[in-house]
Amino acid sequence: MWALLLAAAALVALGLGALGRAVRGPTVGDRAVAVNALGTSTVVVIALVAAALDEPGFLDVALVYALLNFLLSIGLAKFAVERGGVL
Amino acid sequence: MTPASLLAAGLAVGSVAFTLVAVVGLYRLPDLYARAHATSKADTLGALLGLGAAGVALGGEGSVKLVLLAVFLLVTAPTAAHAIVRAAHDQGVEPWTRGDRGDGSRGPNPEPSTDPDANADADADRGFEGGVDG
Repeated sequence: MWALLLAAAALVALGLGALGRAVRGPTVGDRAVAVNALGTSTVVVIALVAAALDEPGFLDVALVYALLNFLLSIGLAKFAVERGGVL
Repeated sequence: MTPASLLAAGLAVGSVAFTLVAVVGLYRLPDLYARAHATSKADTLGALLGLGAAGVALGGEGSVKLVLLAVFLLVTAPTAAHAIVRAAHDQGVEPWTRGDRGDGSRGPNPEPSTDPDANADADADRGFEGGVDG
């Protein structure tokens, strides 16, 4: 379905926008928030591609990606506090 | 186009719109707290709408996984943003406040004055270091 693929392409572009904020920073927290937003839109892109190509198996990939994205954010938050912000 | 695919397309458009709001907030807002505020809500709603679009288009077979994914995202995306912001707060990152820096630009004041007399009128809109980048 072309509408879903177009939406997925738009979400990829918006994810690249979030990546721009991750590059610019300026603090670790800004980068972490931006990478979190990028990961969320990546999960949606995978789900939309799964629906557009009619491949329900891709949803497992999206599920694992969402888990890893959450783990990344929690890990960044924990390490940033416990190491005194050197990360 | 069937009604189901029209509904899926509408949900996908809503998803893109809300994610666009989140990314614009990520660029336009002044500091970490405001940016997390923008993304944790708008991005979560955009993701839920996108997953709804995928669920409507995919039909029965994948909908259990999609509901699982939606519930997981609904719980974890604000939690992750909260954890990041709390870590920043524990490190002493101060929120951005609107003040007059004296050169016509807005943003945090460069240094809160330690002199009590000079500080008298600057107290109301005293700013902090950090997070000036627009």
